[in-house]
Amino acid sequence: MELRSKVPSGPLAEQWERHRSEIKLVNPANKLKHHIIVVGSGLAGASAAASLAELGYNVSCFCFQDSARRAHSIAAQGGINAAKNYQNDGDSVFRLFYDTVKGGDFRAREANVYRLAQISVNIIDQCVAQGVPFAREYGGLLANRSFGGVQVSRTFYARGQTGQQLLLGAYQALSRQIGLRKVAMYPRSEMLDLVVVEGRARGIIVRDLVSGRVSTHVGDAVVLATGGYSNVYYLSTNAKGCNVTAIWRAHKRGAAFANPCFTQIHPTCIPVTGHHQAKLTLMSESLRNDGRIWVPQRKGDTRSPNEIPDDERDYYLERLYPSYGNLAPRDIASRRAKEVCDEGRGVGPGGHGVYLDFRDAIARLGREVIAERYGNLFEMYQRITAENPFAVPMRMYPAPHYTMGGLWVDYNLMTTIDGLYAIGEANFSDHGANRLGASALMQGLADGYFILPYTIGDYLAQVKLDRLDTAHPAFRRTQAEVSDRVNTLVAAGGRKSVDAFHRELGRLMWDTCGMSRAAAGLQEARDRICALREEFWRDAYVGGTGEDFNQTLEHAGRVADFLEFAELMCHDALHREESCGCHFREEFQTPEGEAKRDDARFGYVAAWEFAGVGVAPVLHREPLEFAAVHPAQRSYTE
Amino acid sequence: MKVTLHVWRQAGPTAPGRFVRYDMTDVSPDMSFLEMLDVLNQQLIARREEPIAFDHDCREGICGACGMVINGRPHGPQRATTACQLHMRTFPDGADLWIEPWRARAFPLIKDLVVDRGAFDRIVQAGGFITVRTGSAPEANAIPVPKRDADLAMDAAACIGCGACVAACPNASAMLFVAAKVSHLGLLPQGQPERSARVVNLVAQMDAEGFGACTNHGECMAACPKEISIDFIARLNRDYIKAAISHRQG
Repeated sequence: MELRSKVPSGPLAEQWERHRSEIKLVNPANKLKHHIIVVGSGLAGASAAASLAELGYNVSCFCFQDSARRAHSIAAQGGINAAKNYQNDGDSVFRLFYDTVKGGDFRAREANVYRLAQISVNIIDQCVAQGVPFAREYGGLLANRSFGGVQVSRTFYARGQTGQQLLLGAYQALSRQIGLRKVAMYPRSEMLDLVVVEGRARGIIVRDLVSGRVSTHVGDAVVLATGGYSNVYYLSTNAKGCNVTAIWRAHKRGAAFANPCFTQIHPTCIPVTGHHQAKLTLMSESLRNDGRIWVPQRKGDTRSPNEIPDDERDYYLERLYPSYGNLAPRDIASRRAKEVCDEGRGVGPGGHGVYLDFRDAIARLGREVIAERYGNLFEMYQRITAENPFAVPMRMYPAPHYTMGGLWVDYNLMTTIDGLYAIGEANFSDHGANRLGASALMQGLADGYFILPYTIGDYLAQVKLDRLDTAHPAFRRTQAEVSDRVNTLVAAGGRKSVDAFHRELGRLMWDTCGMSRAAAGLQEARDRICALREEFWRDAYVGGTGEDFNQTLEHAGRVADFLEFAELMCHDALHREESCGCHFREEFQTPEGEAKRDDARFGYVAAWEFAGVGVAPVLHREPLEFAAVHPAQRSYTE
Repeated sequence: MKVTLHVWRQAGPTAPGRFVRYDMTDVSPDMSFLEMLDVLNQQLIARREEPIAFDHDCREGICGACGMVINGRPHGPQRATTACQLHMRTFPDGADLWIEPWRARAFPLIKDLVVDRGAFDRIVQAGGFITVRTGSAPEANAIPVPKRDADLAMDAAACIGCGACVAACPNASAMLFVAAKVSHLGLLPQGQPERSARVVNLVAQMDAEGFGACTNHGECMAACPKEISIDFIARLNRDYIKAAISHRQG
């Protein structure tokens, strides 16, 4: 396996423009002859499927939800970044690029991030034209807010439902193409394997989640837009259905998996209430614009928050990071929250919480302004906790939220399998070791609307593909393997439920490969994952049949893949003997407790090649070179 | 707390359905309604019984996947709350809870509490969009949108497509869903060129899917977890009448 990033030569600012002018085009008549498979219908998948169909390609789009509109992009609350500089506060493409590379702790590819910052402005134009009802000023022009890790106001938003509105824009564009019969949409359909023919991705195996029928689909290229893998922790802010299966299956067929241990733990989520907890709910980072984070100075202070006077409160982010204060980046805010709770100063049941307090903001701006800005978030908080944030501070604790790791892709977003692309959260590309707020939506839409539709043509224009049908031996073989696996799972007649296995894995990953990691714990975790996986295949109980709507069976397949994937995650975390961004190794920190990078040894992307279940994967390194920014110790103190 | 559940169980679209009683003990008031069903399902699995099928995904009240009628009310008794955000503290200890799927001809049942809401997708496909080719958009601030219009458009666009409005309506009408989409796009300057065609096409598809007509009960608004106002239905009617005249003239 060889990693060729295909980054164009020349000055950073001209690379994308030049690349676009030089890559091969498919002529309009030939586009009609090509068939592209898109898996996933979130921001990346829906925008790609719609844009490809507009260009003339025939597209099949698959999602496991009952409608394309329900992909988990819909839950993104806060906003989307763009270097429009509408606020006249000194923003620029370079600054957005710089903030993103720095925020990612210098573990992202410069060329990709620069392109992302350039495209960010087109995304806003596109979404406004689609009818996305972004927040506006009284003069009718677009409003902005600020987000963590930056000092300009460049985030566009639609109340606390930005992801929903952007997704509906993409979903509507997709729906238009479905209506025009350029896209065949397959809801309630889960991709269970990738078909590779002569080294090229040529199709997928899909299970219809209603009938249980396993079918094969042939294409000239396959695009995976299947999101992230935070549910490896069981409790995360992801939707219950989010899973690693599609990209893991692709990995097992030859796609390198990059930086799997880069997982983001979001600082502001509602704390766990009990053993029944099914998922965690995120409260938008935008709350940190006006909310102040604190814990009592004294350990075990059980007074109600409003009885604790100011001089007995520790506004620890403001104290440690005076220039960024409560808007410190996510990785830092999360780690500091864990630290104060570990010290015994946490609040709420179990002491796993910090306060996010709006008292001062309400006094300064008035209740009405706060209600206008965060009303729906406050209501959501109150529904879940039965506490009113206007009267008492919110309680927050970090939770797994986003995964920067994913399939390795080159500048064209192609994986190490020819004809297989990965876009959105499913790839590793742009966020390095830590993603800044409001950048996920930007990246998903950049990939889907403005990058993939060009770069996929470069491949299709040059490759000679045989006509295939599903009778081809590779399709029959892969389909048989998938059916066998489904049948094995259905027949699993052990004693322990699938959910119990998932919870156990999640707990293990959270404890050993979560907010902070250490060699001993990671080594132990690898062994325990192996044992748990063996136990799963020996003692899980699924029940029902494979020819039916069987949600336990769906879950079982996903958990089986998580049980393989988790081992790779620990392996990656163990090998990276440095701290960077969200990857915090306890052995490698500065005296102030910040992440201590080791650029000389680890200034690379770790792309892993699959070598067998339970077998150590093979490491391939893509060195990271920085021409425009100088990697420095990331500082948010001044 | 304890609750007694009566859950609609139906193996498939053509199988007979019935309510099955389950007695739940040790229910925590801090559980969400769906977490309570998760616990029940784990108990059923442990007893080798088939778990209850229900749609759910984000569990944050935004994806629109979940939906069930609880004691006769779509998404249950709490105002502006989806089933996944409903918490057990809403109910008194010892409550009897009757749980059913959405019932509407246009939403055929798949299994237990799961229905097929594909009709909503097909309505949007018929014209619930603004035609804008990727890359052809003008600069975002070129067309100012009065804040009032943008806010009102957002009120309508907040629809999550869950189908509670249909389940609540005695006629199983989809008017609130369609009105929300027509209003969201019709309130914005970008939506004007297709405004007439859009409303005509959406209403035609709604009728073709077998949804009933609106007779102003207002149950939809009461059930809507996003509190979408029936004012938008008035707006839909206005647009439809105007379009029915102008659209014919091309």
